[in-house]
Amino acid sequence: MMIEALIAVALIGALVTFIAPNRIAGKLAFAISLVPVALSLWLFAAFDGSGNALLDGELAFESQAAWLEIGDHSVSWFVGLDGISLPLVVLTTILCTVAIVSSWTPIDDRESQFYGLILFIEANLIGVFSALDFFLWFVFWEAVLIPMYLLIGIWGGPRRKYAAIKFFVYTNVASLVMFGSFIALVFGLGDSVTSFALPEIATAMRNGGLDGLFGLSGPTLASVVFIGMFLGFAVKVPIVPFHTWLPDAHVEAPTPASVLLAGVLLKMGTYALLRFNFTMFPEQVEVYAIPIAAIAVISVIYGAMLALAQTDLKRIVAYSSVSSMGYVILGLVAYTTFGVGGATFQMVSHGLISGLMFMAVGVIYNATHTRMVTDMSGMADRMPIAVGILIAGAFGYMGLPLMSGFYGEFTIFFGTFGSELLSYSPLFTSLAMFGIVIVAGYLLFALQRTVFGPYRLETDYEVGRAPVHDVASMGVLLGLIILLGVAPDLIFDMITDAIDPIIGGGL
Amino acid sequence: MAVLELPDWMALAPALILAGTALVLFLIDSIEPHSTNRTLLSGTAVAGSLSSLAVAVWFTVAGVGAKGIENYGVIDIMNGQFVVDQLALYFMIIIAVVTALVTVASYDYLQDHTYQAEYYSLVVLAATGMSMIAASNSLVTIFIALELTSLPSYALVAILKDNRGSVEAGLKYFLIGALSSAIFVYGVSLVYGATGSLQLTRIAAVLESGDAAVGDMGGLLGLGILMLIGGIAFKTASVPFHFWAPEAYEGAPAPISAFLSSASKAAGFVLAFRVFTTAFPLEATTGIIGVDWTLVFAILAIVTMTLGNFAAATQENVKRMLAYSSIGHAGYVLIGLAALSADGGDLVMGAAMMHLLVYGFMNTGAFLFVGLAEHWGVGRTFEDYNGLAERAPFACGAMAVFMFSLAGVPPFSGFWSKYLLYTELINAAADNTVLLVLAAALVINSALSLYYYSRLVKSLWIEEPLLDRDRLAQPTGLYAAIIAAAVMTVVLLPAFGPVADAALEAAAAVVA
Repeated sequence: MMIEALIAVALIGALVTFIAPNRIAGKLAFAISLVPVALSLWLFAAFDGSGNALLDGELAFESQAAWLEIGDHSVSWFVGLDGISLPLVVLTTILCTVAIVSSWTPIDDRESQFYGLILFIEANLIGVFSALDFFLWFVFWEAVLIPMYLLIGIWGGPRRKYAAIKFFVYTNVASLVMFGSFIALVFGLGDSVTSFALPEIATAMRNGGLDGLFGLSGPTLASVVFIGMFLGFAVKVPIVPFHTWLPDAHVEAPTPASVLLAGVLLKMGTYALLRFNFTMFPEQVEVYAIPIAAIAVISVIYGAMLALAQTDLKRIVAYSSVSSMGYVILGLVAYTTFGVGGATFQMVSHGLISGLMFMAVGVIYNATHTRMVTDMSGMADRMPIAVGILIAGAFGYMGLPLMSGFYGEFTIFFGTFGSELLSYSPLFTSLAMFGIVIVAGYLLFALQRTVFGPYRLETDYEVGRAPVHDVASMGVLLGLIILLGVAPDLIFDMITDAIDPIIGGGL
Repeated sequence: MAVLELPDWMALAPALILAGTALVLFLIDSIEPHSTNRTLLSGTAVAGSLSSLAVAVWFTVAGVGAKGIENYGVIDIMNGQFVVDQLALYFMIIIAVVTALVTVASYDYLQDHTYQAEYYSLVVLAATGMSMIAASNSLVTIFIALELTSLPSYALVAILKDNRGSVEAGLKYFLIGALSSAIFVYGVSLVYGATGSLQLTRIAAVLESGDAAVGDMGGLLGLGILMLIGGIAFKTASVPFHFWAPEAYEGAPAPISAFLSSASKAAGFVLAFRVFTTAFPLEATTGIIGVDWTLVFAILAIVTMTLGNFAAATQENVKRMLAYSSIGHAGYVLIGLAALSADGGDLVMGAAMMHLLVYGFMNTGAFLFVGLAEHWGVGRTFEDYNGLAERAPFACGAMAVFMFSLAGVPPFSGFWSKYLLYTELINAAADNTVLLVLAAALVINSALSLYYYSRLVKSLWIEEPLLDRDRLAQPTGLYAAIIAAAVMTVVLLPAFGPVADAALEAAAAVVA
């Protein structure tokens, strides 16, 4: 019942915040959001699961209740956590609280609706990571779209309407493709599944229960479904060439929405890829390993190149997310313990680092009302602590040892280099590693221009220090980044424990 | 009828209660013809439709008319002219729900209107006709119930006598309605000529008897069936008799548009479900006329949903957009008939019925919101709706719920019905190319529909208002109906189990 409590607190909190007066909504939402943080940390401490949730693992905090009975298949409320989903749930609760704090300064209109929507997103995000029934999972998955659409559309920047619609249409069409593919898969499995429970479907798939459908043979159907679902998730991740909604959405979104978008929403895509494509279709992963790895490397390099070409700080961070997600895909397709484990670790790590980066950009923007690299100089002069944290975060992004980014990327490269499933893996790894050089390039370039040098921003208002609450929450994120960098085994052990059943051990 | 040992005809209670309510309304009006007590009138109509709803739900839960339970079974009234089974009760529930919502909302909408008593009694009379359609089991009773529905509807569309649009819409609706009634009744006569029977089960028996004389009448029978489909297309606002819908919905008072597009459509569909599953068994009929009638429905479904969606996407007027969207949804529900030839077709039909129930809440709510906007006097186009959310967040929140639910986005119940329809369609389409094409059309149209539904949400919530407004009024009745519909649209997401069970049982009642 703990997961239900977690979701219920966020949902009820959202309703309460909706009807609360604007004046107190921000503080109220913050207070409410501390409860899920505490609960999820307690879940983390009390975690007693083992193995993979989809492959006969011991689920933690499992609960199941019948929902619908449609023909030969049942749909149920079925939630539970394993070593992959638990860190993401904790990440979600923490980032939501941080996002709420980061909205105190910039959001000054319709506050109660704003904070209500954030808590509503939080409830659905927790649901996405804990649901183990396909329909339940899909409800949460899709329900994230509406609040994010409104957050971008109502509180976003000048081109917010375009960005919001683009985000909504891209991801929703992708979801339809994915849904159609998955339903075909379930019916292709015939009598070997009697419900939409993901563990049952995954087990049936790995036992080779897939018959043909629509006149397609079993293996062909598996390939079609694999590709369909991959495309569906690729938009969410996003992978080049489906990434174009991301910079628009990020640039127009208000800071807290960007924090959630980069920190958690992108992880929905990679999490789903891991849960569906890479858990249920081991054979197709092998067949399509090279094209997927190629797309991953292209995402890494191309995303980084795009970031290099930007002068808007927020766009730089947005495109660098495309690049970072490329590493995650590369780690997944390596299909080794370190590759997939590193990819999962990188999801958490990138969630923290990109959340921190977007917050820092937001804090600077709140003070200066500009995000252009060319406009700024010597920000370190005016807001030393905030900028210090920004620099630390940027080094985390570049993969400085003893920060979480290093461990995530290092394990991904390590796991990919030795991959047996992926041919030419050393080549792919070395190409992807080149991306780190570009990351360092554009981040150092941007920092050097904005942060250092003499202060010369001409404004008719005072640019002062960052507010304490912003600095504090950035500090918390930085602390977590360093904590995970110093002691990655905090989560890496449970991640590998959940990943071994997928790939059968090994490196 | 085993419940409380009541006589069999009492199984029609949900319809009879509505008929009684209409008579009471006439009585109230005749006592004091010149004064209008709108609380009393609206209250009576609401009480009547809620009692009808309560009885229908009670009967469904108690298993009245349910197959396969001892002492129960389908209830046969007047030698098979009427039947009460789970299908009839399921649609009586939908109709009573919509009637209740509409009569609650009309309380404010009709403020200062002259013909209030007439209005409420016509609404309840039309609802009676719809309830009777659900239970009719012979082409004659169906036709009579159909006319009992249609005649009050014509008057209701034109009830704003001083409003040109309303009168014009009423005339158009009447002319097309009269034409389609004529076509329908001609179809009935052809079917009678071919089979020598009007009662649905007996028509089926004749068709299945393998009688050579009937076998030679294939052309006649086929033409008759085609004409029946024409009548159904009018009632459900499907292609080729859909073009009255945007005109009538736009000109009619908004609660009447809600009533026609939700309840009247449901009544048209229950007619189609019952007639085609009971009277024209697929194999025997195909053997005689040489064509599988599900094909006709498949084509109609694709054309209807595509036309409805494309037309809706190009509208500037919100009410017309909703009218075309309701044509699109008729296309989705027609899939329920198109898939009957395949294994698992009963599940598709069940899913289509689920969609009609959910649609009863979300579409009614959406039209009632337009009614609220008319009450505020904000205008009719998307632009006029800009920024209303700042002044009326609750009503606009409810409207956002309706729009996303109509688009099939979770966490609203429209998600279930649309995705289950799709899921079961894929299941049935395992080796049937036509159904696969239908599934593709459903997906493409769903994706497209998101555009115009989210456009309205964008107007309400994201766009800046065109002009500064004072606080908008909060009329009790309209607000109550809209919020109730929105709450049900949300609540039916977690509580979809009973709806799904009831719909699947209703489908199983007529599909062997």
